[in-house]
Parts: sequence; C-alpha cells; structure tokens
Amino acid sequence: MTKKFLTIALGAALGLSATAASAATLDDVKAKGFLQCGSNTGLAGFAAPNDAGEWTGLDVDTCRAVAAAIFDDPEAVKFTPLTAKERFTALQTGEVDVLVRNTTWTMTRDTTLGLNFTGVNYYDGQGFMVRKSLDVTSALELSGASVCVQTGTTTELNLTDYFKANGMEYQPVVFEKLEEVNAAYDANRCDVYTTDASGLYSIRLQLTNPGDHVVLPEIISKEPLGPVVRQGDDQWFNLVKWTLFAMVNAEELGVTSANVEEMKGSDNPSIKRLLGVDGKFGESIGLSNDWAVRIIKHVGNYGEMFNKNVGPDTPLGIERGVNALWSKGGLQYAPPIR
Amino acid sequence: MTPVSSATGEHAGDEAGTSWFYNPRVRGMIFQLLVVAALLGVVAFFAYNAKTNLERAGIASGLGFFSERAGFDISQTLVPYTNDSTYFRAFLVGLVNTLLVASIGILIATVIGFIVGVARLSKNFVIRQLAQLYVEILRNVPLLLQLLFWYKAVLSVLPSPRQSLEPVSGVFLNNRGLILPEVIGQPGSGLIGYAILSAIAGAYGIWRWARKRQLATGKQFPSLLVGIALIVLLPLLTFFVTGMPVDLSYAELKGFNFAGGTVVNPEFMALLLGLSLYTAAFIAEIVRAGILAVSHGQTEAAFSLGIRPRRTLQLVVIPQAMRVIIPPLTSQYLNLTKNSSLAVAIGYPDIVAVFAGTVLNQTGQAVEVIIITMLVYLTISLSTSAFMNWYNRRVALVER
Repeated sequence: MTKKFLTIALGAALGLSATAASAATLDDVKAKGFLQCGSNTGLAGFAAPNDAGEWTGLDVDTCRAVAAAIFDDPEAVKFTPLTAKERFTALQTGEVDVLVRNTTWTMTRDTTLGLNFTGVNYYDGQGFMVRKSLDVTSALELSGASVCVQTGTTTELNLTDYFKANGMEYQPVVFEKLEEVNAAYDANRCDVYTTDASGLYSIRLQLTNPGDHVVLPEIISKEPLGPVVRQGDDQWFNLVKWTLFAMVNAEELGVTSANVEEMKGSDNPSIKRLLGVDGKFGESIGLSNDWAVRIIKHVGNYGEMFNKNVGPDTPLGIERGVNALWSKGGLQYAPPIR
Repeated sequence: MTPVSSATGEHAGDEAGTSWFYNPRVRGMIFQLLVVAALLGVVAFFAYNAKTNLERAGIASGLGFFSERAGFDISQTLVPYTNDSTYFRAFLVGLVNTLLVASIGILIATVIGFIVGVARLSKNFVIRQLAQLYVEILRNVPLLLQLLFWYKAVLSVLPSPRQSLEPVSGVFLNNRGLILPEVIGQPGSGLIGYAILSAIAGAYGIWRWARKRQLATGKQFPSLLVGIALIVLLPLLTFFVTGMPVDLSYAELKGFNFAGGTVVNPEFMALLLGLSLYTAAFIAEIVRAGILAVSHGQTEAAFSLGIRPRRTLQLVVIPQAMRVIIPPLTSQYLNLTKNSSLAVAIGYPDIVAVFAGTVLNQTGQAVEVIIITMLVYLTISLSTSAFMNWYNRRVALVER
C-alpha cells in the first residue's frame, strides 16, 4: 500500500506545488536536524537492522557518512525502507533526501527520472544461484528453468537479455518484495534465483540451508550501485558525490578512522587538503572545512566501510575484487581534492 | 394561451409574471453549470501543475512509452507476447490475466456461495454447522493472509517436477503448476468450434421453445437433459466425422522442467482458490439472507398446492430471493475483481504486477501508469455493475 500512497503523494506534490520547491536540500536537512535516507527493506551487508535494531551495512554507512559530514554525528539519519518499486517515487516526492539502496546506475534512470547518480559505492554484476542438488555448474545449463526475480529491477531485463542471447528458455516468477522472492525460492518454486551477485551471497545466508545453494560463476551484467539524489540541486549533488570521493581518497592516502587525528599533522599536501588543514574545500560544498575528518572519524575510509560490512571477515565474505582501489587493480577511483 | 387544467395552470401562472431569474429550474441549471465549471477548473489547474512540475523536475511524461519495446518476460501470457513486444502488449497481457482470474473466480465463488448459503439453512445439523464454520472462518480472516496461506500450501504440498504427481496419464501436478497436454488443432478442427457454438445456440432455442410451450399448454419437456446431450454429442460427432483432427501434445520432463503442454501456474491456482473461497463466504450469507427474506407463507402456499419441495425452491423461493440477492451480489463481484490486485503479493502477473509494477518501474512514469490502472479497474467495475443492473431489472418483481 505504500506504493499507492507514494504515487498519490507524487501526484499531490506535483499537482499542488505550483512553485516547485527548487530545493536547497542541505538547508532542509540542517533545519530538520537529520538526514532522511532511503534504504533497502533488508539486505544483509548493505542495509539491514542488526540484533540491536540499528541499521547497518555498506549502503547504510554511505548515508551515515553524509550525516557525519553535515552534523558530525553518524546517528543523525533516519532510514526509510523501500522496495525496488517504490524507491524512485520516494526520492522524487522528497520523502527521502538521498537514496542509497543498491540501485544500479543506468542511462534511463539517470536521464528520465529527474534523478542524478552521484557515484558508485559498489561495483556489482548479476549472477545466478541454484540448489547444489541440481548439479549445475554453469549458467549456460539453465535452459528451461524457472527463475525467481524481483520486479522493477535491471535484473529482470538482464535476465531476459541473457537467456535470449544464449537461445535458452525460462519461466520468470516475479515478486515485488525481496522477502517474497526469498520465500518462493526457499519453497522450491524456482530452480534459479537471480539478482546482483553481492545480493545472492547475502540472501543465501537467509535461506533455510545456506549450504545447499551455490552461486554460479557467470556474471552477466554491469551493475554499478550508487547513491541517488534529485536533479536540480547541484549543491546537494556535490555534497553526496564528494562524501564518497572523500572516503575513497582517504583509503588511497592511508587515512583511517584510527589515525585521522594524527594524520592532521601530516606533511603530505594531499592529506592536508583532504582533512581541511589546507584550503577551504568544505565551504565550497556548504560544510565546515573538517567535513572529511568527520566522515573518516565516524564511518572510516572506503576500505574500512567495505571490510566492516561485506568484506572477507564478515559472514558474506566478499573479496574486494573490482571494488579494490584503482591502484590495486580495482575500479574505485576518486578525483583529487585540490 | 390555451386553457389548461388547473394543476399545470397554477404553475404556468407563477412563471408568467416573474423574471426567468427567479425560475427555480433555470437557477438550478445555472448553479449546476457553475459547479461543473469550478470542478473542471480545479482539475485543469492540477493537471497543468503536474505537467509543468514533471517537466521542471526532468521526469519524462506522456504515453509514448506504450509503443516502446518492453524487454521483459511474463510467466503467463494468454495473448501472444514476447520480450520484443511493446509495453502496450504487456499492458494487455496483465489486463487479460486480471480478467481471467476475476471471471473464473466469480463463477466458482457463485457456485460455492450458493451451495454453502443453502447449506446454512439445511435441516441437517452437521451440514448447517459445517456451512456456518466455513463462513465464519473465511470471511473473518484478511484476504491477503489467506492468499499467502494458499500459496504456501500449494507450494509445500506439491512435489518438485522430478517427483511429479500424474493423476491422469499426460497430466502432471507439481510445484511448477498443473501441466496439461496441449491441444493442437489440425486443418478441419475449426468445425468442432462451430459445432460447440451451434449446439449451445440450439440448446438455448429448445429451452425457449419448451418454456413457451409449457406456459401455453402446461406440457413439460426435459429441455435441460436434451440441451446437455446436444452440447456433448454434436461436437463429439463432428470430431469423429472430420476424422479426429486434433492432436494432444504431451508435456515431457526435460532438464529442469516439463517442456511442451499447457501450464497452469501455482500462483494462478492459489489466487483463484483464495479469491473464490473468500468471496463465497460473503455470497453464502447474501444467499441465506435472500432466501430468509421470502416469507414462509410462500412456501406453505406452494406446498398446499401440491408442489414438491424441490420445485418449490426452484419456482417459488429462488426467483423471489433473487430480487434480494442480486444487488449485494454485484458488490461482491466488484470486490472480487478489485481484490485480485492482491495477486502482486504472490507473484501472479495481473495488471497491477505487470503494468503498475514492472512497466511503471522500467519507464519511471508513475503518474500515467497509476492513472491508467485506476481507469482500468473503474471500467471493469462499471461494466460489471451495468450488466448486473440489467440482470437485476430482469429478475425484479414484474407487476402484472
């Protein structure tokens, strides 16, 4: 029902506000005293409440980093769990200030929805998970299978393309909520579960017998996941974009949550600029100059965030892979702060 | 002025001397026009704002997306559809799926509802109590929960494809659905379709004739039996005469699943089961109320004329009960149709799941898609309602 509510809200907001709030989102957020962040309804490692009821995960930490940059307080953020279907409407209507919900950056989404992607906090790709008992070792052996998939995702389209390109048939079984897809796959309604590979590892943990399932090696698509903001508010767009860049730059420069205070005394000019010792970079995005210190102190650099939520030591056990820094053979690359 | 009768003359006298401005009918008209104009103004205001704001926010609008390639697959397609079809096709697929589950659901719910409703009034204690138990349980549990229950039940009771049940040779039942042999027509098979149609028309003709004759002469004719015989035998005869031009293509277990054959999805089964059992509970109560509304004197009068109990129910009680039953029954039909949108929870590709779900998300045009979906439900409901009103006028008490 949230969906209907959101759509009505969208209609109402669009219909009523003759003078569209052209939006200084930053001012609104500061006035509210907290950041409203659209997150997943529950995807372990990316956005899910932990035992203590606190939201944790890579996407959640990305939101916390923005809150830390603004308020010097990673707790100054409220989360709105959204399904894949609801997410864009929620952002368009202003229900959330930023959407960080393992959302793939595509051209259509970037150009026709009135939204802007600010960067990539996780490079992903779509994969397949099957039961070990099926004795399947490659996605090319999946002809004729029933495939469980979530509606309103790029996954749904990639799936079609992949099976078509390889001349295979399949039967889609489409659900709106992640929990419903999980339940259907667990009840053996489908042979195959498909979503982003990171999601598969996360979902496998939630199945009745995680050991009975295997993620196939094929990655069939590019899924750059990242934060999204509304179009038309460049200040806010810059702020969210550079929050992530600051975290990547910090990792590259060796600045961590543990050593950030002593790094302020570093002689490295890049570190000095990052931490606001030199220059007025914070002011240019409407924040104080120690904005990056706040992010790193409370949330850590990109590598710390990755390892804490999805890295090899977590139940998900995902290697850095393409998400390593560019200098270590990965794709994570941030423009310099200067 | 020509002389007029006193009743209208008085009225005309009123109008004669006064200005049109004080004519209540003209005034009423003016105010109604003003209200309509104001309403249109408000709608136009909102539409204009929505349009300009969508443009300013850089959100695409318009219905151009209808002719674009959809690029996704749907599990149940009654009209030809592939991932190369347009969004409009996808819309049609969703619409037909909604109509399918709603129409079959209405049929089943009506049959079960009438049976349970009559059973509620049975003289047999056990039957009466069972019927009451059915009604009380089903109408007091939210439909969404019932749907999830049936879906879970269907999935967990049925085996996996490799251990399929085969109740009849060539028919398989597993958690991927009910798999039936596919009927493939050879040249000449069209005649069988015509045979079925003409048999139905013939049966209707016989029924009309028998009814007329009975009204005129009092002689009875077993029109029901003859009609059924006609509908069964004529197509069968055609089938054999034309040399059995129909092939059955049996499904085969291939790899993961059955290939070939016609598949009835478990989502469809669960949704149909949930919708019809739930609505039947309400229909049962409406039927019971309708029958109780016919005064017992009617039954006694029929009995005293020597009409047997079954004929009494058929000729005296039910026709009168129908007058009470039809209007609330219409509401239940509309409810069932609208409730079918809960399909989205169990993955049945109805119009909400396909159009207001996938299409909405792939195109991002929430306002257009939701308005169209609402118009579709409105149209279906108004049509159902118009049909039921027509039927109601037919069964309403005709005073002679």
